[in-house]
Amino acid sequence: MSILDIRGLSVEFPSRKDVFVAARDVNLSIEKGKILGVVGESGAGKSTVGNAVIGLLEAPGRIGTGEIHLDGQRIDNLPAKPMRALRGKRIGMIFQDPLTSLDPLQTVEFQLVETILEHLPVTKQEAQQRAIDLLDQVGIPNPSERVKQYPHQFSGGMRQRVVIALALCAEPEVVIADEPTTALDVSIQAQILELMKKLCTEKNVAMLVITHDMGVIADITDHVAVMYRGDLVEYGETAQVLGAPRHEYTKSLIAAVPRPDVKVERFPQVDYIEGSAKPFKQIDISTHWLGKARDYKAVDGPLLSVKDIDMRFLTKNAWIAKNRQYFQALKKVSFDIMPGETYGLVGESGSGKSTVARVITGLYDPSGGSVNFAGQELTNLRDKKQVLAMRRQMQMIFQDPFSSLNSRMRVRDIVAEPIKFHKLAATNAEAYGIVEDLLEHVGLGAAAGKKFPHEFSGGQRQRISIARALATRPRFLLCDEPTSALDVSIQAQILNLLKDLQEELGLTMLFISHDLAVIRQMCNRVGVMRYGELLEQNETDSLFENPQHPYTKELLSLMPSMELLSTEALAIA
Amino acid sequence: MTDQTLNTGEEKAKGRIARILDSDIFHSFIKSKVTVLAAIVTLVFMLTALLAPWIAPHNPFDLAQISILDARVPPVGMEWSDPRFLLGTDDQGRDMLSGIMYGMRISLAVGFLSVGFAAVLGIFLGLVSGYVGGRTDAIIMRIAEIQLTFPAILIALLIDGVANGIVGNLDREKWAIWILTFSIGLSFWVQYARTVRGSTMVEKNKEYVQAARVIGIPSFIIMIRHVLPNVMGPVLVIATINLALAIITEATLSFLGVGVPATQPSLGTLIRIGNDFLFSGEWWIAIFPGLALAILVLAVNLLGDWLRDALNPKLR
Amino acid sequence: MFGFISRRLVMALVVMVVVALISFLLFRFVGDPVNQMVGIETTPEQREALRERLGLNDPIIVQFVRFIMGAMQFDFGNSYQFKQPVADLIGKRLPATLELSLVSAIFALVVGVPMGVYTGLNRHSPLSKFFLSVSLIGVSLPTFFIGILLIFVFSVTLQWLPSFGRGEVVEIGSWWTTGFLTLSGLKALILPAITLGLFQMTLIMRLIRAEMLEVIRTDYIKFARARGLPNRSINFIHALKNTMVPVITITGLQLGSIIAFAIITETVFQWPGMGLLFLQAVQNVDIPIMAAYLMLTAFIFVVINLAVDILYFVIDPRLRTERSGL
Repeated sequence: MSILDIRGLSVEFPSRKDVFVAARDVNLSIEKGKILGVVGESGAGKSTVGNAVIGLLEAPGRIGTGEIHLDGQRIDNLPAKPMRALRGKRIGMIFQDPLTSLDPLQTVEFQLVETILEHLPVTKQEAQQRAIDLLDQVGIPNPSERVKQYPHQFSGGMRQRVVIALALCAEPEVVIADEPTTALDVSIQAQILELMKKLCTEKNVAMLVITHDMGVIADITDHVAVMYRGDLVEYGETAQVLGAPRHEYTKSLIAAVPRPDVKVERFPQVDYIEGSAKPFKQIDISTHWLGKARDYKAVDGPLLSVKDIDMRFLTKNAWIAKNRQYFQALKKVSFDIMPGETYGLVGESGSGKSTVARVITGLYDPSGGSVNFAGQELTNLRDKKQVLAMRRQMQMIFQDPFSSLNSRMRVRDIVAEPIKFHKLAATNAEAYGIVEDLLEHVGLGAAAGKKFPHEFSGGQRQRISIARALATRPRFLLCDEPTSALDVSIQAQILNLLKDLQEELGLTMLFISHDLAVIRQMCNRVGVMRYGELLEQNETDSLFENPQHPYTKELLSLMPSMELLSTEALAIA
Repeated sequence: MTDQTLNTGEEKAKGRIARILDSDIFHSFIKSKVTVLAAIVTLVFMLTALLAPWIAPHNPFDLAQISILDARVPPVGMEWSDPRFLLGTDDQGRDMLSGIMYGMRISLAVGFLSVGFAAVLGIFLGLVSGYVGGRTDAIIMRIAEIQLTFPAILIALLIDGVANGIVGNLDREKWAIWILTFSIGLSFWVQYARTVRGSTMVEKNKEYVQAARVIGIPSFIIMIRHVLPNVMGPVLVIATINLALAIITEATLSFLGVGVPATQPSLGTLIRIGNDFLFSGEWWIAIFPGLALAILVLAVNLLGDWLRDALNPKLR
Repeated sequence: MFGFISRRLVMALVVMVVVALISFLLFRFVGDPVNQMVGIETTPEQREALRERLGLNDPIIVQFVRFIMGAMQFDFGNSYQFKQPVADLIGKRLPATLELSLVSAIFALVVGVPMGVYTGLNRHSPLSKFFLSVSLIGVSLPTFFIGILLIFVFSVTLQWLPSFGRGEVVEIGSWWTTGFLTLSGLKALILPAITLGLFQMTLIMRLIRAEMLEVIRTDYIKFARARGLPNRSINFIHALKNTMVPVITITGLQLGSIIAFAIITETVFQWPGMGLLFLQAVQNVDIPIMAAYLMLTAFIFVVINLAVDILYFVIDPRLRTERSGL
């Protein structure tokens, strides 16, 4: 017997010119004690469905057609007041970002008690007791003490537990969780997912989990609905949908998910993906402009050698040196990267992996240790000419495709800037010629140069970023989470492009990611970092098959299991 | 061949105009009737001020045209009025309408000059402060903080007083407008500096700036070429609102008698002169310049308000 | 808490020292103080004697220290125009300005805050739009012109209220005069107080509205809605309290600036306060009065800022507690 029924739901956003349909004819239902996952990439309309159920569509959104029934009662057409009485009482909601979901100026107790008193016929004392019990149930140690604290005194994971407690205050029948673990680290994510699953069965709650992450779906859901551009394309039992997808889109989505358990040579080229790029065309490296990168002096041994790097940041300044406080971001980090190799650095947020990249590229001056590149010591390099020559040989690709391009410049000028600056072309015309060629090569087409960055999607912007990085003819490429802001299908394309380029140009790469699965697909060797320390490094396969450090073991055990996922479309290496 | 290039050029231009006409900002502009009205009023006032020597019915500075016999003539519509003087005359027989037109010239000139001065100074210091950080930032921001403890009008008064003390009474008239511009500009730079610094610190940590640094581009060029264009949005809004404030401040200082000299009356000076005649019934000498001032400032403020909302993506 | 307040105290001290330095430099280098004090017939010998007596030949540092010591006892020497001690002149005018500023500040807060909250919460109601239009006119009319209009309507035309002066004042002790205790004193206060408070009132209203709109969009307000909390609680417990943090700073600054804006109001209404005195000093380059006024207003501003910082502490728990590890 289903508790929540969504029938033929359409959600529209009227704008000045037309009406944008965010969700089209969606039919879903959830039973008590079960978890339904709604999965899709950005723009799929999955969050809209959740917001429509709880009656909190952002203006000017509205329900076009369809009905929503809660335990047999129609709720989509309720007036404001009874709808509000329903929220929190019968339908709870969990938001994505625990850092912004709680009122910073009120204690946790105040927020819990306020919500309990609003919905349940209890006295204040009972409400306070219930608040403590709830914190206990969501796994917060010392609940009677911590209930008196303010949100900023809790860590991100703990705050998400408080948010869950708030959503469960009045024993709702349905809980909607919108990307509940996206803002959290892997280890915290696993705990929160486990908690949600446990509460769902214990309290017999029906849960609607909205996520972009196939791992979350595979981990906790009983049923799954796959959405693509507002349409519900596939809906069924999780095991069935993931194991034997029927719809082409589901198939390609599953094939694009990087997996920690199997290594593929390349991600399958799937259509059904927006903004798909031109296929990669091999260039003749001996005659092409990019080929001149090969003229760099060959090195014996490692191309990059990082030794005992220390990095500390001043967190609290003071007049007396003794009172200054520092944050130790890196502690004696050492590793080598051989020419033509891809070295991976993996770790959770705050592990210092991005700091390593910024030290190598000279964005930060390390507090100690040395960086040696192509036989040249970089840390005490002061001669401007030599510094520039080094800068030219190593380039970086950044995480956020939206902030890594200057929105006020044309793509052509963005990519041409390094060429002109390093005087790699004799004339402007020649520089623009090279730019067109580069844009063509990364799969955008030469015409892209005349446009501004905002005219491109995230994946296309990342291609522009890659073109800009290639424009200095580097031999060493640092990739700092290059795909973590992208949808999986786009991620697969970008990773393929990076692999192709590396093979073609013989690039050496440092690949930084929080995602073990991506690391496994991309790297020859891997280092695992935590709290600024490099805990373990090894050949990728050995590290995954036979981890040595307990933290590595833990990380690997926390990976969402992908065994359910179909391997049909994969070319396993 | 030439034809073709001309064609594409024209098409491009047409495309740009069409794009502007189709943009959300232009649409929100057209939709808000008040804003359109404010824009028209501002434009008319500016043109009037600019063209005052050619379109004003009289020249209030030409002694040959002024006659004390025409003093304190009431505006048209009242008893004893004179059709030559639509808005009446002041105590020396100068035409109010012409006086307002000429006064507007000075008010707007001081307004624009001081806003320009404040903006250039503030943007530069804000950019350096935000981008360089560390001790430079601390020093600039402490100065800003200290200055912020005092209201702009007090600072302007002080600078004006000091500058006049230095210049001495003889040269005072010659320098008055520049001193005024300088003192108003100097009292407004903090707002630009703080805003630009804030945006610069956000932009600085964005990856496009880091990308430029990885390429090896020097800080100064990054600041000018990459950061500056990206922090100009809020500056535009502040400048518009500050133009209104600068005009008010100039009028206030002139009203207090420390601004422009009476030989070159701005709107504030006119109001000050008129204030003395308020009790004897000659209200028009103070009220008309006051209304002109209020309408001008209101129109500019309306534009500033609209601009702020239009450029704020969160309010869409 | 102690660290935070003491840092603020140091900052306040720095502000005062900087202002003292500016005042001192004004005093010392804008015009020659000796020239200002003596007549034309004074001989060079007499001038030199005066110079020596005033200590103008001592090293600058010594002079500065002497200036600060004097300032701490509010001794700024004699006014150039009035040939009287500055402290006496200002002391006589201070009550008028403080009473006017206090009434205006209360007016601005009592009217401005509720209007701001109302317009922030009811963005599209006709009353909000009306308030907003009025406020825009309020910020567009220069203070002095508002004063002139009020005088024109209420004093010249209707003849209800006086157009200048403080009315009858009552002496309290030997150093305070108040207009609060007589009818004519209260009547004289109405127009100047409205003139002075109107601009601040509209600013406070617009600021609170803007902050309110900002807070309403945050995740925790959305989450509060998703928990089914009533609007009353969302608006007044969660939204208003969070709005207060930025509002208090700017309101504090605004209230401080009332004292400075009093210069204009006092001129329009011939209000016998220290603003009027300061304006005459600026016009006549009477540096001792300028320096003293500057130091006094700076002191008042610094005290207000400190009060604001302490209020912060009461409102924002993030400042009170250090982050705990978990």
